[in-house]
Amino acid sequence: MVASGPFDFDLCSRNAYLESKGVKPPRLTKTGTTIVGLIFKDGVVLGADTRSTSDTTVADKNCEKIHFIAPNIYCCGAGTAADTENVTGMVSSALELHRYATDRESRVVTAMTMLKSHLFRYQGHVSAALVLGGVDLRGPHLFTVYPHGSTDSLPYATMGSGSLNAMAVFEEGYKEGLDRMGAVKLVARAIRSGIFNDLGSGSNVDVCVITRGKVDYMRNYEYLMDKTVARETPVVYPPGTAPVLKEKRWKINSTRPSEAAAGGSAEAMDVS
Amino acid sequence: MEAELNQAVSLGTTIMAAAYDGGVVLGADSRTSTGNYVANRVTDKLTPLTDKVYVCRSGSAADTQNLAAYVQLYLHQHQMELGGDVSVRTAARLAQQIVYSNKAMLQAGLIVAGWDARDNGSVYGVPLGGTLLKVPFTIGGSGSAYIYGFCDKNWKPGMSEADCHAFVVKAVSHAMARDGSSGGCIRTIVINKDGVKRHFLPNNEILAAYGELQPPLPASIAVGGGGAAEMSP
Repeated sequence: MVASGPFDFDLCSRNAYLESKGVKPPRLTKTGTTIVGLIFKDGVVLGADTRSTSDTTVADKNCEKIHFIAPNIYCCGAGTAADTENVTGMVSSALELHRYATDRESRVVTAMTMLKSHLFRYQGHVSAALVLGGVDLRGPHLFTVYPHGSTDSLPYATMGSGSLNAMAVFEEGYKEGLDRMGAVKLVARAIRSGIFNDLGSGSNVDVCVITRGKVDYMRNYEYLMDKTVARETPVVYPPGTAPVLKEKRWKINSTRPSEAAAGGSAEAMDVS
Repeated sequence: MEAELNQAVSLGTTIMAAAYDGGVVLGADSRTSTGNYVANRVTDKLTPLTDKVYVCRSGSAADTQNLAAYVQLYLHQHQMELGGDVSVRTAARLAQQIVYSNKAMLQAGLIVAGWDARDNGSVYGVPLGGTLLKVPFTIGGSGSAYIYGFCDKNWKPGMSEADCHAFVVKAVSHAMARDGSSGGCIRTIVINKDGVKRHFLPNNEILAAYGELQPPLPASIAVGGGGAAEMSP
């Protein structure tokens, strides 16, 4: 196809052709996830569970899904772990350079636009579903970004396989102008509902509170999946625990084979 | 369920625009869905292209958002070269060109409407294939199938602003009542020589259709005057 206008879909046509000829697209590792965000009185609260899965196996019991974008912007990621990490890292780098060039604080819409343009270019093949939040000169902002490159601007948002559970909690408990304590508690409750009721989500609650000029990243804000009993091994046995029943001693020739071969004179090796 | 959440986000939609004497009224529901799940119940499907030209979006959310962003970019560049506002016709033609030349890859049904000094209010339909239709009024999206009859009967040339606005709200509310992919609130925009006015009708203030119960109004509105479903702009 000949590219015309602003769009260029050549690679998509190529990929569709290759797939029709039987070329298998790469297998992906997906993270079943609950991620959420909401706007409160003084800023934004983001939340995430900490389970990473490959197929039905839990690959990481305590991973980090709230990614750094800029000092005033963070982003929760769901979907393919590699894609969420790389796409947030890419935008983070681009924004840092942009800040050096402009000497201004990054805006949340800038991050959002960079993310959506990239995801749209890859037509959903970069599998990243994001909740982007931050505070800039225009106040607090919260966006959801879908893998195909569409975005929504909302006062409260959820994403990932546990998004339905979390949204049920938000729809019941969200009010405009929540205070910080109420907001963090509601976010934690939404994530918990994903952790306990969605198979893809689990382990612990991470929370990140962004207010003007301050970020409070509370890693493992709720540590839910602690071991219930103390681990009993390895046990350290003190010397003499086992009784000595028999004792036998051998006389061993003290000359080592290498020394014997060198004529018996043990000369210090030069290691300088 | 997981499979559904991974589907493309799409605007199963009701959108419309109608010209009246001196301007245009654009209207849309506010539902965005992925499969069976409502991803956003307060979506704004009426997107500005320039100060006085707006577009109603239906189809894939990703495609139409990015398309609108490109059209915005080109029109703003064009306006800087031109040193003045572009016409609705130019905006609609540009959108149509991009939809047509990428029609295999885009799922975008647009209605471009706005006001300019030469043509006053005008409405253009840009349906899926990428043709361009100048029309006095048009409807689009999955919900539009339910209101062709209503619109054909009730649209009249030379309506007043209030009448046209009431017509749009009523048409969209009927589509929302019957189309599962449309719902939420009703957003409208009136564009004329005086500028752009936005209106928002919350879900509980939409007049109940046949077979529906009128949802209870919040106390603050109910006390003010029972007929809160009044829709004059």
